[in-house]
Amino acid sequence: MKAIEARDVHLSFGETPALRGASVAVAPGEIVAIMGPSGSGKTTLLHCLAGILVPDAGEIHFDGRRIDTLNEHQRSVLRRDQFGFVFQFGQLVPELTAEENVALPLLLSGVKRAPALEQARPWFERLGLAGLQRRRSGELSGGQAQRVALARGLVARPGALFADEPTGALDSLTGEQVMDLLVASAREQGTTVVLVTHEARVAAYADRQVIVRDGKVNALVAA
Amino acid sequence: MTLLGLLEREPSHGYDLKRDYDTFFSRGKPLPFGQVYATLGRLARDGKIVIGEVEPGVGPERKRYVITERGATEVESWLTDPVEAEPSLQTVLFTKVVLALMLDRPAEEYLDRQRAAHLRRMKELTEIRRGGDLVDTMLADHGLFHLEADLHWIDTTVARLDALRKVVRR
Ligand SMILES: Nc1ncnc2c1ncn2[C@@H]1O[C@H](COP(=O)(O)OP(=O)(O)OP(=O)(O)O)[C@@H](O)[C@H]1O
Ligand SMILES: [Mg+2]
Repeated sequence: MKAIEARDVHLSFGETPALRGASVAVAPGEIVAIMGPSGSGKTTLLHCLAGILVPDAGEIHFDGRRIDTLNEHQRSVLRRDQFGFVFQFGQLVPELTAEENVALPLLLSGVKRAPALEQARPWFERLGLAGLQRRRSGELSGGQAQRVALARGLVARPGALFADEPTGALDSLTGEQVMDLLVASAREQGTTVVLVTHEARVAAYADRQVIVRDGKVNALVAA
Repeated sequence: MTLLGLLEREPSHGYDLKRDYDTFFSRGKPLPFGQVYATLGRLARDGKIVIGEVEPGVGPERKRYVITERGATEVESWLTDPVEAEPSLQTVLFTKVVLALMLDRPAEEYLDRQRAAHLRRMKELTEIRRGGDLVDTMLADHGLFHLEADLHWIDTTVARLDALRKVVRR
């Protein structure tokens, strides 16, 4: 049983081939790190797995269901109801407070404001952000904003979490705190995690690492 | 040196030295008493420690060891001198890569295997770190940062293999 799978995925941006036959399978509850050089296609692969981009060729499956053939509306419902996201840049909504940002996935899937904020609250303590609930994203440091984004990715207890350089803006101690939390929360909620990182120390938190090179996935040879 | 350093704190019995050593430095491999007393004997012979007041009773645990001026100086200079910055693994890996290219072997594959081995070790250390106390964490961190540095070197080398191949091929 695979929770998430890409089969022989190809995708080009105009003339630029970003993925050239990428295949990867992630088991339910597994945490997989995608590593590889800059420009190798990591983000593109993540976006394909998460139903954000549609491949030119190949298949994407989630939970036994093919998702690359769904229409835009169906994919956006799937993303909203099943997936959580953490991205490196420009991810918090600047008009909202930190706690509203964390509650956003719940609000978008129809949870009422009070219970949504109620569910968001414990995350501030867990991530060492107590007292920052009412700040807007412009009033947070890069690292604080990153932790708010992680809370937002996990608050709705998604089936899968897609994270692109989730520790990119953090110093190594804070980054490790965030990874400890990410792993602990994912395990506790049974969330499957696909994590893009260029940092080996971050990738070492995953159950398994794969390397993307020239748009293809190398499973690491067991030495 | 570790035992000498522990004595720099305060005069101690062999038993206490062993206990403190095991708590902070042994990493699961307790120091045998025999080795404790052998080391203390050597340090005393070299004038780095002396046996202080002997308490009434019998047995080596009655002896209290005291660091001398010479011993303290040695601890001081050991602490002050940086450890040799020896990039030993890189040397071995570098030799492997260059030879592989000279012999027309798949250097990239070897480096990928090395990367896998490094990542597996990093995963083990990360687990130790997550389950362990602060001492375990600090030791694991040291290993993790070193392995990470090696991985940077491996990544850079992979990216330069074509250029390096031209250099080493005659
Ligand atoms: N929106 C886009 N339009 C055109 N080309 C793109 C676009 N997004 C990515 N590319 C190209 O596709 C290739 C793969 O990009 P991708 O962002 O997946 O790399 P990456 O592995 O995530 O790199 P990085 O580590 O730098 O984030 C690159 O050559 C990139 O220039
Ligand atoms: Mg990217």
